[in-house]
Amino acid sequence: MRHVGFALGLMIWAGLAAAFEIEEVTVFEGAAGGPALHVLSTTDTEAFAPLIAAFQAANPDVTVHYTVANSQEVYAAVYDEGAAFDLVVSSAMDLQMKLANDGFAVPHRSGETEALPAWARWADQLFAFAQEPVVLIANRDSFDGMPLPETRDDLIRLMREYPERFRGRIGTYDPNLSGAGYLFATQDARQSDTIWRLAEVMGGLEPALFGSSGAMIDGVRSGDLMVAYNVVGSYAAARLGEDGPGVVIEAQDFTHVLLRTALIPRTAEAPRQGAAFLDFLLSEDGQRLIEADTGLPRINEAALAASPHLRPIRLDLGLLVFVDPLMRQRFLAEWTAAVLQP
Amino acid sequence: MIGLLRPSDSIRRRLVLQLLAVAATLAVLMFVLVRTVADAAVEKAHDNLLGAATLAIAEELRGGSDGLSVDIPYAAFAMLGAAGQDRMFYRILIGEETVTGYADLPAPAAARGLGLTFHNADYLDLPVRMAVVNRSVQVDGRSQTVQVLVAQTLAAREALNDQMAYRAAGLALGFFALAALLSVLTARSVLQPLNNLAEAVGRRGPHDLRPVSRDVPSELAPLMGALNGFISRLRGSLSRTETLITEAAHHVRTPLASLRTQTEIALRQSDDDATRATLRGVIRAVDDSARSAGQLLDHATVVYRSDQQADDAVDLTELVRGVAQSHQALADMRDIEVQVAVPDAPVPLSFDRLLLESALRNLIDNAIKYSDPGGEVEVALTPEGVVTVLDRGRGLKGVDPATLTGRFLRGQNVDDVIGSGLGLTIVSEVAKAQGGSLQLVEREGGGVCATWVLHLG
Repeated sequence: MRHVGFALGLMIWAGLAAAFEIEEVTVFEGAAGGPALHVLSTTDTEAFAPLIAAFQAANPDVTVHYTVANSQEVYAAVYDEGAAFDLVVSSAMDLQMKLANDGFAVPHRSGETEALPAWARWADQLFAFAQEPVVLIANRDSFDGMPLPETRDDLIRLMREYPERFRGRIGTYDPNLSGAGYLFATQDARQSDTIWRLAEVMGGLEPALFGSSGAMIDGVRSGDLMVAYNVVGSYAAARLGEDGPGVVIEAQDFTHVLLRTALIPRTAEAPRQGAAFLDFLLSEDGQRLIEADTGLPRINEAALAASPHLRPIRLDLGLLVFVDPLMRQRFLAEWTAAVLQP
Repeated sequence: MIGLLRPSDSIRRRLVLQLLAVAATLAVLMFVLVRTVADAAVEKAHDNLLGAATLAIAEELRGGSDGLSVDIPYAAFAMLGAAGQDRMFYRILIGEETVTGYADLPAPAAARGLGLTFHNADYLDLPVRMAVVNRSVQVDGRSQTVQVLVAQTLAAREALNDQMAYRAAGLALGFFALAALLSVLTARSVLQPLNNLAEAVGRRGPHDLRPVSRDVPSELAPLMGALNGFISRLRGSLSRTETLITEAAHHVRTPLASLRTQTEIALRQSDDDATRATLRGVIRAVDDSARSAGQLLDHATVVYRSDQQADDAVDLTELVRGVAQSHQALADMRDIEVQVAVPDAPVPLSFDRLLLESALRNLIDNAIKYSDPGGEVEVALTPEGVVTVLDRGRGLKGVDPATLTGRFLRGQNVDDVIGSGLGLTIVSEVAKAQGGSLQLVEREGGGVCATWVLHLG
């Protein structure tokens, strides 16, 4: 296999060519005059670079333009602006579903897509290529003498028993700010009423609210936070490290599993390139590489079967309920009322 | 199809073709029926799901002083994915104003009343099925009509309909194949009695005029009745003919005998040579007539009795010897020596004694009649049942022996010999009825060799 270098393109900050807010654009050069593949993604460039390199090793003439934006912007770019990308990758399952349902995706069928489990694809338009548990992380040292919680009920009991130790040291997403946080909170609400008790109890203990998981993980590692609720497991495990005080806890009552999904938008200029890269992501080689080099867990039905507490967020029309603006407004109002207590 | 059949086409072919036509019609009907029912069932099932989702949303509509409250149940949308992966659109309106959802989803004009209604519509260039529910909700102190629209694309329905169509087609084809097989079997079984009857009638011998007696389906009973009626009329007609001949012969023979006696008396009493010569001529003519009448009687008997087929235990040895001896007088009169060679042991046979005797008598009679005076007739019987009668008479003179066995046919060289032409006919018919064979061949050095091979059974 010949070595293919890639050139790190210019980092372009928001607003140069598009109205939506871009965090980063990286160009992986292929052979001159070859086809171009434009990927719009919520996943960090570092995580995807090994995948793109492997793809280019097999397709050396393809130049890959990798654009990173947050999930709301990715959605807006396709839904509102009709931006021309060949593959749209996002962790916001609800928004991806909205795009597919509203006709912004083109169907794609191949041996790779057919091999996906039924829960990991929708209508030949939306395909999951990684599954990530949504976890609770805790600072072991802060729990000095207390047992680590295994379920949401454990956490509620601990918070009620030792309110002073938890006060101001609980972190979670602010669903008003974070699309992922909103998705996790709505799925929690759908799964169980425990979430409202948890929100009430947390709300009474002056929780710290975050817009992204990075700061939450840092908080737990440093000990500023005792626990952070609803953090994407793969990031947390990587950043907490093996030996630090931070531990990752998969709640035994239920742990949501987030699916990272990709779709080929209707506006794609090179849909065949998008499909080729998608097939690569879903292929055995691609999946192995995802697990080994990106830190994202691959699609693995056996792992889910072995751990009954893992519940993949269902890739179905139900996701559209909380995309509805009225429902969003209603949910956020209730959540805010529960968590932000005067 | 029926028009394509000619009257001469076989019943079996007709039956199979018409049954196939019926089967094909039924198969097509079945396909249409299954499809209609299946399509209706598919539509109903999907509508039920769509309706349930729509009602679930409508149930959660709440009025209030601060406007309409909408709480779409998660399951309402999730259940729409249960039957397939169709796209879904929804819209909630108060009056003409969209509260939430897809604002350009067309609201049906006619949907009023509080019930659940379904419509077909187009949205985003796609055909969709739409469920509509109206609810009266108290909003801001006023009762307002809130309309919930939920629409779904048709991919799952169409996929299921296609699947049903394939199954219905398979079912119809299978039905047709089965029906085709059964129609062939049916044709065969229906025609079996007819074939059996035809075979039974065809297998009969030429003289078998017994009525056909076998169990036949009631539809064939008139045909068999007619056939038996025909046979019995034929038999009646034949037997009347034979009776007539018999009666005629009998009635002729008696006056002839009396005439002969009278003529002989007259001959004895007459002295005039011319008169005596005339009277001798009369006697010869009377003998001729009596002989013919006798043979006619014999023939009629043969024909009648060979239909009856009596089974007497007959010893051929004794029979041949007896018949030969009874001709001794006739032979002596013509100065002809009759040599008889029969086995010592009896040769048993089961047949009508009278017929055998009649045939044998005619055979030997012929041999004596056509021999020249001073000649010799050899009658022989083998233990295998072969009777041979040899003479040194005038022979066949090249005439085909087969023609001599016809009724009233005589050879071309017999004008000086009294005969009716029935003798060989009688022999040949008895031989046929008995199952044996008769052969006449010219002998070397003149004369005829008659070989009658009897069937000993």
